[in-house]
Amino acid sequence: MSTMIPAPAQPARGIRPAQSKTPKAPLAQRESPFARGGALIVMGVFTLYFLVPIWWLLVAASKNRSQFNTTNPLWFADFSLFENIGNLVAYRDGVYLKWMLNSALYAGGGAAIGTIIAGMCGYALAKYRFPGRELIFNVVLGGVLVPATALALPLFLIFSQISLTNTFWSVFLPSLVSPFGVYLARIYASASVPDELIEAARLDGAGEVRTFFTVSVRMMVPALVTVFLFQFVAIWNNFFLPLIMLRDETLFPVTLGLYAWNSQVNQIPVLRDYVLIGALLSIIPLIIIFLLLQRFWRNGLSAGSVK
Amino acid sequence: MRMKKRAVAVALLTAATVALTGCATSGSTGTDAAACAPSKGKVDLTFTTWIPGMEDTVAVWNKANPDIQVKVQTGPNGNGGTYQNFFNQLKAGNAPDLGQIEYDALPNFRVQDGLTDLAACDGVLDAKSDFVDWTWGQVNFGEDKSVYAIPQDAGPMAMFYRADLFKANNIAIPTTWAEYTTAAEKIRATGGYITNFSQSDINQFAGFVWQAGGKWFKNDGDKWTVDLTDPTTTKVAAYWQDLIDRDLVSTNPPWTDEWNNAYNSGSDWTWNSAAWGANSIASGAPDTAGKWAVAQSPQWKAGDKASGNWGGSSTAVFKGSKHPYEAAKFALWLNTSAESLTMLNKSANLYPAAKSGLDLPALKEGVPFYGDQAIYDEFAIASAQVSPDFVWGPTMTQTYNDVSDGFKAAVSGKGTLDEALKVGQANTIAAMTAQSIPVNK
Repeated sequence: MSTMIPAPAQPARGIRPAQSKTPKAPLAQRESPFARGGALIVMGVFTLYFLVPIWWLLVAASKNRSQFNTTNPLWFADFSLFENIGNLVAYRDGVYLKWMLNSALYAGGGAAIGTIIAGMCGYALAKYRFPGRELIFNVVLGGVLVPATALALPLFLIFSQISLTNTFWSVFLPSLVSPFGVYLARIYASASVPDELIEAARLDGAGEVRTFFTVSVRMMVPALVTVFLFQFVAIWNNFFLPLIMLRDETLFPVTLGLYAWNSQVNQIPVLRDYVLIGALLSIIPLIIIFLLLQRFWRNGLSAGSVK
Repeated sequence: MRMKKRAVAVALLTAATVALTGCATSGSTGTDAAACAPSKGKVDLTFTTWIPGMEDTVAVWNKANPDIQVKVQTGPNGNGGTYQNFFNQLKAGNAPDLGQIEYDALPNFRVQDGLTDLAACDGVLDAKSDFVDWTWGQVNFGEDKSVYAIPQDAGPMAMFYRADLFKANNIAIPTTWAEYTTAAEKIRATGGYITNFSQSDINQFAGFVWQAGGKWFKNDGDKWTVDLTDPTTTKVAAYWQDLIDRDLVSTNPPWTDEWNNAYNSGSDWTWNSAAWGANSIASGAPDTAGKWAVAQSPQWKAGDKASGNWGGSSTAVFKGSKHPYEAAKFALWLNTSAESLTMLNKSANLYPAAKSGLDLPALKEGVPFYGDQAIYDEFAIASAQVSPDFVWGPTMTQTYNDVSDGFKAAVSGKGTLDEALKVGQANTIAAMTAQSIPVNK
């Protein structure tokens, strides 16, 4: 996880290898076959470790039910993936698609608004001086340590008081909050948004809100993208909150829907196929969003320089 | 700022809700059965269940009863989170009117005062004779003047067996547990296993105990008695321990690919399971289609006629429902009308608890997977033989977990089934004491 956090120090990256090359070159060369080989093996093992389950899922999703138990779990039998997808989508009037759409709304909307809120909050904590600033920041930091799962039940009781359980909002509203996002935005804003620049914007007559949205946000893009991604994945995978809040099947996100199906597999065997295929399809949006947004990380990294 | 406020608000509101609901529940326990009167005007009911296809069945009701409209809400199965949700909702005061509850979870809801006594509702007490006797015992907890849920389905147990393998190897179909052991030895000699001992389906083991006449729990109205180590249970545990020790049964974790494969490849020959299990084999072991058959469970004494039960559920009306009269009316229709029972059997393989349901045309047909045997006739016989005296405890999830931990250790050679049950006994009493449930120590 830590590798995904864009370190503000990275603009210096371009210089360092050049410096270290000359004096240490012979040593580095002597070590490199082992070091490189070792690193490759470690990476290879981890890649395998992460990819094998996905491979298994892909293979399993492409089989029909009678072949599922009887054929090699890591290699294809008759390829009926598309037929399976067709069955899944048709099952119970396409309730699966509804779940995917719900997940996209919860995760997309929640992450977008959550990122703006976290960005503004972190920026304010980094750039404005006011009494209690550190206290607030420390409380937010404490919030990072509290697992969202622990808050689900209290949230349910609160939402019950205002009759908001079993609604879209019962899952959406709690998703807007990301203590980790605030933390990251603050650290990044204090390192990458120079005070001089904000000062210049003020002198040019921009208000605080305008300064934030037109100047600072652009420099915080890498951090904001990271926050968005984390938040998106967290909401997409969030299972416990919807489990507690929702009763109406048409409001379920895809995680909860698949879980509900999986708990009925013993009685309705066909659901096993649907759970597998559904799980495979449900990770595709995550992969897409990661691939698309990765670019912004790198592009944004150069935005921190003053001169 | 936002964060801090939120944290404080959460803390305050949580404290407030806990305090408020605490008062509310302790003050409103006076709802007695006499309060079951019809409501005026159109009534909307909510019904939470995990039975697939329930919507279609309820749609039939809604069409015929414009004044009592039922809305189905679905979720994962009971122990998968829905029971916990029910408890949360009861605490928050927004539980649905009706809910699906398995028999082994009902006492928990009763102890927590989450169920409405339906005895005064129109037709409920009279419905007793419509249901297989023992299922009624599961919902009234032995109180003649009370009914806490309407039985829905049952899991009478019988023996699924590989007719072809028994025949080819000239082994007699066992009718007693002693013969079962003999058959197990012969089957082991051919390289197979007579069955798989489940390390985590403690409710299946409870079914074996139920058949043997054991009783794990008693409730005399004031206090619970826990008896996981009575002589009958000990006898059943010793029986299976012997088969495990002599490697006469396989011990794959149930409901896994491994387990399916053992049946699909013909390595495991029998399964002592419930009516709903018919579909589990058919899906887990598709290559063995047509080779299975069903016989009555082996007996402890030759000539006895006793069966156990594994699973089954009921439709309960929660405390706080404003329309118990209408809810009870719906629950009775759902679980006794031929139309509803046929639909539920088709969509979710529910095996009815209603006597009339046992004669449904759908349950009289031969099943191709079982060589066209009319297997449900066997289950109808089994259902009539289930003892009405078996009572579930109020903390079954915990009991299952503790015993299952011990069973898992036992099948891998650490400890015995008997020791697992002793631990389960002690922990169950401790758990009930911790919840202030009166229990004999």
